[in-house]
Amino acid sequence: MTEGTYRDGFRAILPLMPAVAAFGASFGVLARAAGVDVLAAVVMSATTFAGSAQFAVVSVLGAGGTAAAAIGAAILLNGRYVPMAVAASGAFRGGPLRRLIEAQLLVDESWALSSREGGFDTKVLVGAGGLLYVGWNAGTAAGVLAGDGLTDPATLGLDAAFPALFLALLAPLVRSGSDRRPLTAAVLGAGIALVLTPVSPAGVPVIAATAACLLGFTRPRRAAARRAPAGRPQEARS
Amino acid sequence: MSTVWLCVLVVGAATVTIKASGPVLAAGRELPGSTARVVDLLAPAVLAALVATQAFAGDEELVLDERAAGLVAAGVAILLRAPILVVVLVAALTAAGLRAVS
Repeated sequence: MTEGTYRDGFRAILPLMPAVAAFGASFGVLARAAGVDVLAAVVMSATTFAGSAQFAVVSVLGAGGTAAAAIGAAILLNGRYVPMAVAASGAFRGGPLRRLIEAQLLVDESWALSSREGGFDTKVLVGAGGLLYVGWNAGTAAGVLAGDGLTDPATLGLDAAFPALFLALLAPLVRSGSDRRPLTAAVLGAGIALVLTPVSPAGVPVIAATAACLLGFTRPRRAAARRAPAGRPQEARS
Repeated sequence: MSTVWLCVLVVGAATVTIKASGPVLAAGRELPGSTARVVDLLAPAVLAALVATQAFAGDEELVLDERAAGLVAAGVAILLRAPILVVVLVAALTAAGLRAVS
């Protein structure tokens, strides 16, 4: 596999930047509407840098919810980053401080773009994540300053851009070769998420869907060959 | 401290910790073979779950709206091997167009 560059990450994420900036701006607008002051909104985008969790916090606070409810919702939404960051951990280089800073640039989009067979490419992750960081924070600043004057990103269809991007990143992973497990993991992951969406708090469906990767422990052919010998009564019955 | 700042600081600190714990503690270590195969399947599982939730999730309910139409249009563009920019644009324009006429 050829190693990617920061520039590769940069270029790969470029198509999504208008949508990212627009959602950063809409976070700024919603934060102000929920009574979050300008500095708090800007600090939140700079430190949390995870859209869904930030929207959850301002919507809970805006509806009069408690700090505990807002924090709980945000941590559930960001819980998916535990397995995602652990999966990418082997690719980070340098001292602890550099790894800590670079890891902050891990979000869904940069993580998916930097995923390679057998590992992750941190230069692509940092390049894509860095540009996302700039766009998200610039958008937030514009949103808190401009206020209600901005167009709702949904009017422009920008909320449909994110699932489209994730589908485009998913397609080559499930298309390739003889191993059907990536496709099975994808179908299982989507199924788990859809089943849990109506019955669990936001964030839980995606965390639970990560369990689909445990399929990686299966080795169908060898397992079948070893257990095949003498006829097993259960199999004969079914 | 105000409720808002309490949320901003706790969520910020928690997120920094969540993202950094793996990379700081386990950097540079190669994963053992069986774990690597599991990790290889994490990307398709997470991406499919993100597609599902971002296209069909409402407020703790499943909804079928313009995002779904955008996703179908994106799927067609992907089958036609369109570049990602085109895929994303097609989805956004489809959703925006349907919202404009409805």
